[in-house]
Amino acid sequence: MFKYVNRPVKRVDALAKVTGKALYAEDISFPGMLYGAVLRAEHPHAKILKINTAKAKRIKGVRAVITADDIPGSKLVGVVKLDQPVFAWERVRYIGDGIAAVAAEDMDTARKALSAIEVDYEVLPGVFDPEEALKDDAPKVHEDGNVIVYHKVRKGDVEKGFKEADLVIEREYKTQFIEHSYIEPEAVVARPVDYGGIEIWGCIQNAFTTQKNVARVLGLDMAKVRIIQTPLGGSFGGKDDVMTVMAARAALLALKTGRPVKLVNTREESMRESYKRHPYVLRYKLGLKRDGTIVALQAYMAADGGAYASTTPFVTWRSTVQAAGPYRVPHVKVDTYGVYTNNPYTGAMRGFGSPQANFAIESLMDEAANELGMDPIEFRLKNGLRDGDETATGQKLTRHRVSLHEVIEKVRDAINWEELRKNPGGDGKIRRGVGIACSFRGASLGAEGVDIAGVEVKIDSDASVSIEAGLTEMGQGIKTVLAQVVAEELGVPIERVTLHPYDTSRVPDSGPTVASRATIVGGGAAQAACWKLREVILGALQEEDGAERAWFEDGVYRTEKNKYSFEEAVGIAIRRGKGLNAVGWFRTPDIHWDEEKGIGSPYFTYVYGAQAAYVEVDTETGKVRVLRVAAAHEVGRAINPAMARGQIYGGVAMALGYGLLEEFEVSEGIPLVKNFDDYSIPSSLDVPEVIPIIVENPDPDGPFGAKSLGEPTNELLAPAIANAIFHATGKRLRELPMNLEMVLLGRKLRRKRK
Amino acid sequence: MKKLTVNFTVNGERVRLRVPANRTLLDILREDLGLTGTKRGCDTGECGACTVLMNGRSVNSCLVLAGEVEGAEIITVEGLGGEEALHPLQEAFLEEDAVQCGFCIPGMLMSAKYLLDRNPDPSEEEIREAISGNLCRCTGYIPIIRAIKRAALKLKERK
Ligand code: FES
Ligand code: FES
Repeated sequence: MFKYVNRPVKRVDALAKVTGKALYAEDISFPGMLYGAVLRAEHPHAKILKINTAKAKRIKGVRAVITADDIPGSKLVGVVKLDQPVFAWERVRYIGDGIAAVAAEDMDTARKALSAIEVDYEVLPGVFDPEEALKDDAPKVHEDGNVIVYHKVRKGDVEKGFKEADLVIEREYKTQFIEHSYIEPEAVVARPVDYGGIEIWGCIQNAFTTQKNVARVLGLDMAKVRIIQTPLGGSFGGKDDVMTVMAARAALLALKTGRPVKLVNTREESMRESYKRHPYVLRYKLGLKRDGTIVALQAYMAADGGAYASTTPFVTWRSTVQAAGPYRVPHVKVDTYGVYTNNPYTGAMRGFGSPQANFAIESLMDEAANELGMDPIEFRLKNGLRDGDETATGQKLTRHRVSLHEVIEKVRDAINWEELRKNPGGDGKIRRGVGIACSFRGASLGAEGVDIAGVEVKIDSDASVSIEAGLTEMGQGIKTVLAQVVAEELGVPIERVTLHPYDTSRVPDSGPTVASRATIVGGGAAQAACWKLREVILGALQEEDGAERAWFEDGVYRTEKNKYSFEEAVGIAIRRGKGLNAVGWFRTPDIHWDEEKGIGSPYFTYVYGAQAAYVEVDTETGKVRVLRVAAAHEVGRAINPAMARGQIYGGVAMALGYGLLEEFEVSEGIPLVKNFDDYSIPSSLDVPEVIPIIVENPDPDGPFGAKSLGEPTNELLAPAIANAIFHATGKRLRELPMNLEMVLLGRKLRRKRK
Repeated sequence: MKKLTVNFTVNGERVRLRVPANRTLLDILREDLGLTGTKRGCDTGECGACTVLMNGRSVNSCLVLAGEVEGAEIITVEGLGGEEALHPLQEAFLEEDAVQCGFCIPGMLMSAKYLLDRNPDPSEEEIREAISGNLCRCTGYIPIIRAIKRAALKLKERK
């Protein structure tokens, strides 16, 4: 039995957070620190004719004013493509582009200096819709055309499939821009250091990506750029590219002035500059037999990537390979485009391409069930993947338990499906209904990149343990998970385990903390490090006792002669001169994806989820209230069940915003949203009762059988609500968010620019 | 900007400061007094991250100007309870796993304190209402609501 793993251990980082002691990026200051500010573009697409900084430089208290001309190395950064300027020169491509930055003795002076910078533009026609951008005569956002990326899936022969079908339905769905809305705005502090480099403290989600890009911009070795991650006040995928750009600017200012520089975005700047979730247009065609068997599926998707590529190539890839949902479909054809426009750029956000595809496929499944006169759950169970089945990309699911039916059945029972479908309640203008959505989700990075992580575990002479890990704590609880794994595997009390901050100069590069991969790869690496340490300790005990055998069991170190606690065993190992630190590595099993042919096994394993929503619609006002949500998620094994439930509550709330409330409205490239007063994320008054259900079917390839959970919780509620609204009112909504106007009028009212 | 001198107390300590008249209480706390436990999320009174108690009432400190602070009694998260002597609310937040990224938490705690100071036995609706101005993007609020209920029980037991 486990002592720490699979138990609701308390968070290791929460005490500092409830006492106000946790130092977030904006809380950090250094003596002699300057304050930075950034001037941003005035048009979504324009030529820059002239930038005049002379006046700004003359203002008292201004220590530096910099533009692209002051960049010693690469002027461009990017995760996949180097296409985003640290400071725009010659051309601006979206309204959040930075043109220049100032460092001054105080914030007021810095802001004053910004308004003294003069920029002359020649406005260019822009393109603001991805499908417009795909046309030949569309304005080009970048020289090499507007297609960022194209992905496909090809399996069987869809034409043949549609011919065999008794019923073919075609539908179009649309999703919106949304804002991550982490409550902490972006912030960094950069300071020059005496080894000829730079140290950057900041709420940077993927410190190694930032390190690499900043080094490129500064023209320095990566070893001279040290990124120290501060606790993230939320990220959800959002503190990546935008932080890289911010870190690069702060570093340039710091090196230019020789002083520490703090750069903090106001909420307005954050909303203007930061990337969003991709809006998609999705067109589906589905072929069915009378008995409800799916025979063919075709999907076309266009995702608005905005001005820069960011992670669009990966986001759209996930949408593509998961486009057909967790169903058996013999004939599949999917085509996906990620496209440049002059809108705010889009990138990683919790879900990463699945919330959009799931909204479409899970609404479509409901529409299909309705056309066939079948119950939506019965229809899903009939077509849903089971052990040994082949996915829409041709992957045979044989290594892990396919838990789709289990999660669907669990939410069906928890929400009281049978009864509510028959008698949903409500009367007159108030209608009620219940709907479901389900998914499978590839765990970790998949064929996006090398999926490897390293964690260092070190034992000090007093038998306390420290962990150095390059995996990001953003509230999801990875620090606690790592402490639990190490406590379990070494037999050390968890109170004696400490996690140090994620510092690129001290931890192994473990890739980005994305794709809900931290528990799998970080947990696996921590486990591997502990195993190495255990070998060393057991070797020492064998020597000590002159024993035949030494082993570790139930948290205790043993030889055939003696038993030792962790502390005793460590004492002996140290006395015998053993080195007690180790780096463990974990690499996910190999996968194969053929991008040319559009077929393969994109992920080594999958997690399964289902959510059901019971909703109430006021048919006079269009107001939708979610009364209750049941959410069942299969996670392999939950390292910390309390935190797993926490992920479900949080993911459901965020998805409620996506489904009903949120839209980052953009008109011709200009955001109509400036702050939280015109962007409503769910408040405590909006969240429904949530029944979290954790299903555990340990995976042979994850540490302790664990897989992932962060994102699946956030990818199902919008279609579940849409399906419930249909049940309640007979109205099918195919566009997000399903706010008053959509529910009432079936279309969006466009707001005017302010 | 015109400067003014303000006298007030923060977490029981007397403070005298000379600051520009347009300075907000949030900036006074964070920048002038180094009390960075109070967070900044929007600077417009929309997110609640900057909530503190002023004369026993919860306020968004980003909306309070220096002049209004004269003579006031301010309590911030740092004054709620330290590691050695946690306030029952802090304990309950830990016990209910109500903290994820933690950025909203100082403000949440102060709004919750204001509620429990007035209403030792709040209903779920009253709790939801009391923290409706405090945005949290991580927790979905449910663990926070439970923590506040739990803290109310703790406080009752102590009496
Ligand atoms: S910072 Fe004051 S309410 Fe957001
Ligand atoms: S815990 Fe992250 S915003 Fe509330």
